[in-house]
Amino acid sequence: MALLEFTDKGIHCPQAGVYLDPWKPVDRALITHGHSDHARPGHAHYLATNAAAPVIRHRLDVDVETVEFGEKRTINGVEFSFHPAGHIIGSAQIRVSYRGEVWVFTGDYKCEPDGLTETFEPVRCHTLITECTFGLPVFNWQPQSEVFGEINAWWRANAAEGKASVIGAYSLGKAQRVLAGVDESIGPIFTHGAVEATNAVLREQGIGLPNTTHIVPGISREIFPGSLVIAPPSALGSAWMRRLGPSSTAVASGWMALRGVRRRRAADRGFVLSDHVDWQQLNDAVRESGAERVFVTHGYTSVFRRWLETQGYDARIVQTDFEGENLDADAREELVSETASTGGNSP
Amino acid sequence: MKRFARLFAELDQTTKTNAKVAALAQYFREADDSDKLWTIALLSHKRPRRTVTTTLLREWAAEAAGIPDWLFEEAYPIVGDLAETIALILPPANWASDKTLSDWIEIVKALQGVDDQEKKRHILAAWQTLDRTERFLFNKIITGGFRIGVSQKLMTRALAQATGIDEPLLAHRLMGDWTPDTINFDDLVLADNPGENLSRPYPFYLAHPLESEIEDLGQPDDWSAEHKWDGIRGQIIIRGGELYVWSRGEELVTDRFPEFTAFKDLLPDGTVLDGEILPWRDDRPLGFQTLQTRINRKTVSKKLLSEAPVVFKAYDLLETGGDDIRAKPFASRRRALETLIGENDIGGTLRLSPLVEFDAWDDLISEREKSRDVGSEGLMLKRKESPYLAGRKKGDWWKWKVNPLTVDAVMIYAQSGHGRRANLFTDLTFAVWNGNELVPFTKAYSGLTDTEFNELTRWVRKNTLERFGPVRSVKAEHVFEIAFEGIQKSRRHKSGIALRFPRIHRWRRDKPVNEANSLADLEALLPEGEPTS
Ligand SMILES: [Zn+2]
Ligand SMILES: [Zn+2]
Repeated sequence: MALLEFTDKGIHCPQAGVYLDPWKPVDRALITHGHSDHARPGHAHYLATNAAAPVIRHRLDVDVETVEFGEKRTINGVEFSFHPAGHIIGSAQIRVSYRGEVWVFTGDYKCEPDGLTETFEPVRCHTLITECTFGLPVFNWQPQSEVFGEINAWWRANAAEGKASVIGAYSLGKAQRVLAGVDESIGPIFTHGAVEATNAVLREQGIGLPNTTHIVPGISREIFPGSLVIAPPSALGSAWMRRLGPSSTAVASGWMALRGVRRRRAADRGFVLSDHVDWQQLNDAVRESGAERVFVTHGYTSVFRRWLETQGYDARIVQTDFEGENLDADAREELVSETASTGGNSP
Repeated sequence: MKRFARLFAELDQTTKTNAKVAALAQYFREADDSDKLWTIALLSHKRPRRTVTTTLLREWAAEAAGIPDWLFEEAYPIVGDLAETIALILPPANWASDKTLSDWIEIVKALQGVDDQEKKRHILAAWQTLDRTERFLFNKIITGGFRIGVSQKLMTRALAQATGIDEPLLAHRLMGDWTPDTINFDDLVLADNPGENLSRPYPFYLAHPLESEIEDLGQPDDWSAEHKWDGIRGQIIIRGGELYVWSRGEELVTDRFPEFTAFKDLLPDGTVLDGEILPWRDDRPLGFQTLQTRINRKTVSKKLLSEAPVVFKAYDLLETGGDDIRAKPFASRRRALETLIGENDIGGTLRLSPLVEFDAWDDLISEREKSRDVGSEGLMLKRKESPYLAGRKKGDWWKWKVNPLTVDAVMIYAQSGHGRRANLFTDLTFAVWNGNELVPFTKAYSGLTDTEFNELTRWVRKNTLERFGPVRSVKAEHVFEIAFEGIQKSRRHKSGIALRFPRIHRWRRDKPVNEANSLADLEALLPEGEPTS
């Protein structure tokens, strides 16, 4: 019996009787983080980190049992622990150990510290299950400081022209990373309801974020010139934008590295900012895990698997329902948080 | 290169026409003459002669990035552009350089005739010196194909703003087969009497698809109609005793059509004709695939000449006796054309595109229905009073194509798109029934909304049966209506047929797979007597 096996419900540990980020309802679910492709409704029992739990509770309206990073939980002899994945606040890799055999499931992760999220820690293992959303050598992120330099310059130039700067970013994760990274001195920062709802949950758990003003219906157009507006990508180009007056739009995503994708978004600017590992980070992470066997999932799996094989790894592809940084999953992602923030929670 | 890279970034970062023109105009005010000249050339799809093959560029880029060739080749189709793939895959630059656009172009040109090791040394040095955007542009200079959403027209407008010269005059000056090596900026753009350039064509006047009902055009009497031929738009120039043949892509293609050499003797000097280059036999056009064989070949064999003979169907006269008559009404240009070519076509290779006689719009409606029978795409409508304008202008010339043919087909393969569609499955292969078997017969890339492509992409991910490299075979479950403009027998396709301009018309969610069309249904659409190619 393998320590972890891949079933149609998700990644399963038969010895312990638990699933990691399952996509169909199960009895016991260990959840890496609150994104909707990882934390799904309908499980009887949830376990996540202290820092990840509030958002999961907020989005799914469920009870979540929590652990600290590094804390060990033993279930039927199998030892589980959660380790920082650096993807969004509270996100974890899950380490599974039984009779000396160690597996690690990365969930979504990135290695560059962003000043907000708990910094990724490599965890040694025999078998690694890793995402490879950007597992191609053309994806090489610039240092975050350079990207924020570009975002600040764009914001300043728009402010000088009397325009609002509207940036499309995932309401959970990317939005807060943008908030924490920009130069607050340029102007006021406004937020779309979906972003503000998530901010409220995070502030409540003690995360320090710059001051933001929630854009409510009827707010005067006069106040937007010179400001930065953070909204879900799906709000860009929608009727919602009309209330902002003259504006320049941008999208922040790893996919913006590709000129073709950037142009397809029809936003004025595309900033290359991802919460997933790039090619170099991915390769470093695999190496530092010390794993001999690697399962790759969501992303350029077949290419990355072949590459790992040429590097001497026993590499295999697993099909999962995780979606990586799918630009087009944004809409659904936002739908989830919109419902959650507009009273969809009452029983 | 920094100034050119900034221009590129400005153009690339906006979708707004005015912002693009402003950025270009500013550049034309600031850059030095040789950079301006090269910028005009690059935006007109003229680039220095290729001195390094793309095969070598790929090899060297993979080596410099420390990855095997196969991995480079996997990444390339996902990015969709070779110059960009190389720019992204290389490690960051080590140092910076002040060299201008023209300096770098000179470096590229100097690689002509140099051995591969020496070429490699120069290319690697350039890559280590240029930042990502500059590197992309440098690669584009070598590989060609600048597509930055700036048409010749936008560029001309910006240049007009920067120089104060009239736009149409500039448009004419910029046409022709000049290169930055044969002319300087002053002579090309600014000089009042630019060096006599006999080969210079007129900008083509392009028609818009008819947007309204035909009756809304007003009085039938004010209009001329003719069939719309599906060949290559061409301009025939006879000046100084020489013949020049231009295609719409502003390419001088005289050598590819030796059939037209005789025009030098048939037509008086100072004549410019607008018309269609068409493969033709037995009083009807040969299929579009026949023309493909002529377009792609630079040298023309005797065999090809007899298999794919072409004619020139003239439909307008732009210059006669050395005078530019484009400002005269179409009706009078047409009369002059008829007099020139004569009631009977000269020599068989030069023909008039006949006018369709009609009294009422109803006559045209029924004539249009016959288009496929005579091998045309539909009708062209030209206002009798219209001058010959430059570029795509609405109002006087309309194309009125026949409705497309359609077939219901099953999607069986999917592949992710290139460039802007890198994360969507947009390259789809469709099949029709042949007995109990689904036979693939066409690919189609466009026609669904982004939302539909998103939905389809999620479905493909979950319903993949097998992977062959980037291609996935999927469950035969979805039926799509495929529209196309023409159909022809083809030995090169497994199904035995080839389609012209196939695209997805709509997703037939209402249709079960067993109700898709059959190969026999498709074969029934083949025009009679059309040869196989
Ligand atoms: Zn995630
Ligand atoms: Zn994910």
